[in-house]
Amino acid sequence: MNIIVCIKQVPDTQDIRINPETNTLMREGVQSIVNPFDMYAIEEALRIKERLGAASTKVTVLSMGPSQAEEALREAVSMGADEMVLMSDRAFAGSDTWATSYTLAKGIQKLGKFDLIICGKQAIDGDTAQVGPGIAATLDIPQVTYVKKTEDIKEGLAKFERMTEEGYEVIETPLPCLITVVKEINIPRLPSLKGKIKAKQSKATVLGAKDLEVDPDRLGLQGSPTAVKKIFTPPKRTGGQVLQGEVPDIVNKLADSIKDVVISVSKT
Amino acid sequence: MDYLLTEQQIMVRDLARKIAKEKITPVAAEHDEKETFPWEIMKVMAESDLCGVYIEEKYGGLGGGAMELCLVTEELSRACGGIAICFAATALGTYPIILFGNDEQKQKYLPDIASGKKLAAFALTEAGAGSDAGAIATTARKEGDHYVLNGVKQWITNGGEAEVYTVIAMTDREKGARGASAFIIEKGTPGFDFGKKEKKLGIRASATRELVFNECKIPKANLLGREGMGFIVAMKTFDKSRPGVAAQAVGIAQGALDHAVKYSRERKQFGKTISSFQGLQFMLADMATEVEAARALTYSVAKMVDTGAKDVSKESAMAKLFASDVAMKVTTDAIQVLGGYGYMRDYPVEKYMRDAKITQIYEGTNQIQRNVIALELLKEQLRG
Ligand SMILES: Cc1cc2nc3c(=O)[nH]c(=O)nc-3n(C[C@H](O)[C@H](O)[C@H](O)COP(=O)(O)OP(=O)(O)OC[C@H]3O[C@@H](n4cnc5c(N)ncnc54)[C@H](O)[C@@H]3O)c2cc1C
Repeated sequence: MNIIVCIKQVPDTQDIRINPETNTLMREGVQSIVNPFDMYAIEEALRIKERLGAASTKVTVLSMGPSQAEEALREAVSMGADEMVLMSDRAFAGSDTWATSYTLAKGIQKLGKFDLIICGKQAIDGDTAQVGPGIAATLDIPQVTYVKKTEDIKEGLAKFERMTEEGYEVIETPLPCLITVVKEINIPRLPSLKGKIKAKQSKATVLGAKDLEVDPDRLGLQGSPTAVKKIFTPPKRTGGQVLQGEVPDIVNKLADSIKDVVISVSKT
Repeated sequence: MDYLLTEQQIMVRDLARKIAKEKITPVAAEHDEKETFPWEIMKVMAESDLCGVYIEEKYGGLGGGAMELCLVTEELSRACGGIAICFAATALGTYPIILFGNDEQKQKYLPDIASGKKLAAFALTEAGAGSDAGAIATTARKEGDHYVLNGVKQWITNGGEAEVYTVIAMTDREKGARGASAFIIEKGTPGFDFGKKEKKLGIRASATRELVFNECKIPKANLLGREGMGFIVAMKTFDKSRPGVAAQAVGIAQGALDHAVKYSRERKQFGKTISSFQGLQFMLADMATEVEAARALTYSVAKMVDTGAKDVSKESAMAKLFASDVAMKVTTDAIQVLGGYGYMRDYPVEKYMRDAKITQIYEGTNQIQRNVIALELLKEQLRG
């Protein structure tokens, strides 16, 4: 089985300081890390590999970014990933999620046969959660987002638990497919020494625009229709209602409000 | 300070640091409070390939030496000296096999220790034989193809948790110090039991137990080196392992210093952070200087050991002596920097002081280290 994990190098937000004069992020000297959600994706790939047998399963990590992004790929190899591919080209610069999904999908096609693509649910620097689904759409394969458990996986078929606001859904899907994972799925391992030594000695395969069969108009800045109008934090969800007073009063109030809910639901 | 570590040593240090920060720091207080053995951390160590950094590649290790042992011990101790010693005491129990084991013994025991599957322990001390190791009363009687052990070892770190024990016992009492021998004994051997777990001041995550031998029969193949070499095995082992205790002390001191510096920038009195008071700055400066001096001596001795220097007793003793005294002083001063908060168990600093104390006692008290150093000095003078 071939598993591809898409990862992104992002600035360590714990490290970022705000310039008090300009109110902008001070990126200088900020450490780069693997997008935390992608760590769960790497770990899940490695666990599937352990489950299916190391000999028959290959985990390839893929990243689009500048040459420094090779460091992020190395980290995945030090945890146990087999191969690393870096998509790096000036032509890719300035990509929005649309162009990024397209480029990564083309890179994945270039790599040949694959069974499962795993992405983190979103990147902490953009928070869009669009690239995973975008890749699946471009490749025209099924996608399961917000996966919190791999229930079963075998040649051609997989079953996942997908988190929803109310609970979870169990989804069975043919392979190849793409999943995005949430942090509930696992606890990422630390790198091993032997992995680190291997990572140090490995080199990423580098893919540029000329290596791919792509429509040049869909790459980079010119392939990116997104225009950012404004960035803001959505309003926090308001907390629930707090009932106060003597216990019998509270119980009565609670009973009344449950009745209201039941009535309004049964009306609809 | 740059100690010109190799690329691989930096990798080892950074990985140990990561484990300390992400895995040990969050659980250190709980293991201390409840006196529980940190198996979950030993598992992380195993998965990260750190257990065998000082073991030859041929036997599944990384192929490093005392320096790697020190780097890992120091980084772990920075987060918890008690958890660190579970790793370092395994090294103490393993060194006799590395130094005196034959190929068969090495093949049999080292790979499982290197992979972290098994822990080891070293057993010399008895109720009546501490500094005076020559007074040990545990005996090993030869019977055909076997030895039969009788006696009680006291305060053995990793006792009960480890699978592999190197034990010093008397094979010939008449010969005195030349009548001791070293054996490898596996947990589960009939006649080999454990006494109660000790309640301690510090390093409370580590397990300290008695080993009880009652007509415990082991094959002749478990003798390390030759009969009569027991104390040579012990002394040569200590020469290699004492830099590890020094590294534990350096790590504990560094951890306490880290907390003290951080706290001094947060705590306000007289309308200012306490770090703005020169009286406190001078304390921090002295602490940092002492820690660095201890580290420099420890690393130098570790490097000396790794270059294969023949006689390292004096230097090894110096590193252990100096670093452990520094750890005691620096951790005491760290509490002073925190004032009353430092004295409270809600803050991590008092634990560093409790953990530091043991480094002045085990693997030879600091008085015994001074004896070793002085003896070597005088011998050197005699040789001219
Ligand atoms: C937590 C813990 C873990 C341990 N782990 C192990 C282990 O894994 N394996 C093992 O074999 N042992 C272990 N020990 C034992 C340890 O090595 C001994 O405690 C140590 O060697 C000192 O022996 P003692 O406690 O009997 O002290 P004593 O020898 O009774 O010493 C008492 C005091 O007298 C001083 N003194 C003794 N002789 C002299 C002298 N000639 N000149 C000057 N001063 C002297 C000592 O320095 C000390 O201050 C452990 C001990 C502890 C507390």
